[in-house]
Amino acid sequence: MSEKRIMAVVTTNKDIIWGGGCPIIEATSFEEMERIALYLSRILDGAVHDLENGIYIIVKH
Amino acid sequence: MEKYLQLILVSIIIGTLTRFVMLKIDYRRYPSYPHGYIVHLGMGLVASALGAVALPSILEKDFTAVTFLALATQQFREIRKMERDTLGMLEQNELVKRGEDYIEGIAKVFEGRNYLTIFNSLLVSICYYWGGLAFGIGAGSLGIIISVFFRRGKRIGQIAHVRSGEIRFEGANLYVENIHIMNVGLTSSRKIYLEKALGAIIEPYDDNARATLANVGQRMAICHDAASLLGVHKDVATPEFMPTARLDLDTGRVGVVIVPIEKDLDCFLEAIRRTPVLESAVRKPMQTQIGRIAAD
Repeated sequence: MSEKRIMAVVTTNKDIIWGGGCPIIEATSFEEMERIALYLSRILDGAVHDLENGIYIIVKH
Repeated sequence: MEKYLQLILVSIIIGTLTRFVMLKIDYRRYPSYPHGYIVHLGMGLVASALGAVALPSILEKDFTAVTFLALATQQFREIRKMERDTLGMLEQNELVKRGEDYIEGIAKVFEGRNYLTIFNSLLVSICYYWGGLAFGIGAGSLGIIISVFFRRGKRIGQIAHVRSGEIRFEGANLYVENIHIMNVGLTSSRKIYLEKALGAIIEPYDDNARATLANVGQRMAICHDAASLLGVHKDVATPEFMPTARLDLDTGRVGVVIVPIEKDLDCFLEAIRRTPVLESAVRKPMQTQIGRIAAD
């Protein structure tokens, strides 16, 4: 099994994120978050996962 | 040696024919045509020649000649390695990977078929020597039929019931019935799943089948075969559309999801049923006492 890695975080709720290790991008609306996540996923070949609390993570599988 | 010439020739011809019959090109386009074909027919010719000369060399009391057979096994192991390397190399560019187990299985098959070729041409030479030409050819034909029978391994449809399964989302999580498959973040991707995806449930008939289906390589093979038959709505930058097979830990059932190019449920289920059961994935815990007692 290859190693999984969070490549980026996109969020509308920056207050609940602590720490880092990867770029964290704040979006002003849900639509913007979707769009940024889509762009990042296509650029980075990563899959977008929804943590259902206003946070999308882009993960390389 | 003159008196054996006809015997050897007939054995070689029937032996090569055996290899040819077993060399079937299939939907995976493997072995590739025509060069892959020529490689394997060539090796088949060598194998049948080895089988054909074994009997005459014993009759001529030339026992050392039989040690050539040992050389042959070396040679055929090389075939296995060759197939493994080729497929492993091509694997890097596959959208839906075959998986190591599948590759190992295919490589093993190529090696095994060469041994069947040796056996058959040896059989022909023995029968020819004691029973004449007609008897030799008859035995060879029977050998070919048996080889073809050996070629068929078990298929998923024989160890498990395959039926369609309903695809649904709970929030961002994709399920086939109650089996969690993955988390799909993007709304647009979820929409594509709901519009285009097909879901199936594989229910193992017994605990042996359950252990086999639990093998990751086996499940990769199922996804690969389904994807190569139906096509897959996926490119390198869209990993969320990777065909996936996940296990229901409580019951051993497997949920499979694919976003195909051709949305045809019956073909999808048939593709799963016809996936070969990989030799390396076969588990038979129920054949041991411990396994049987534990299953109670």
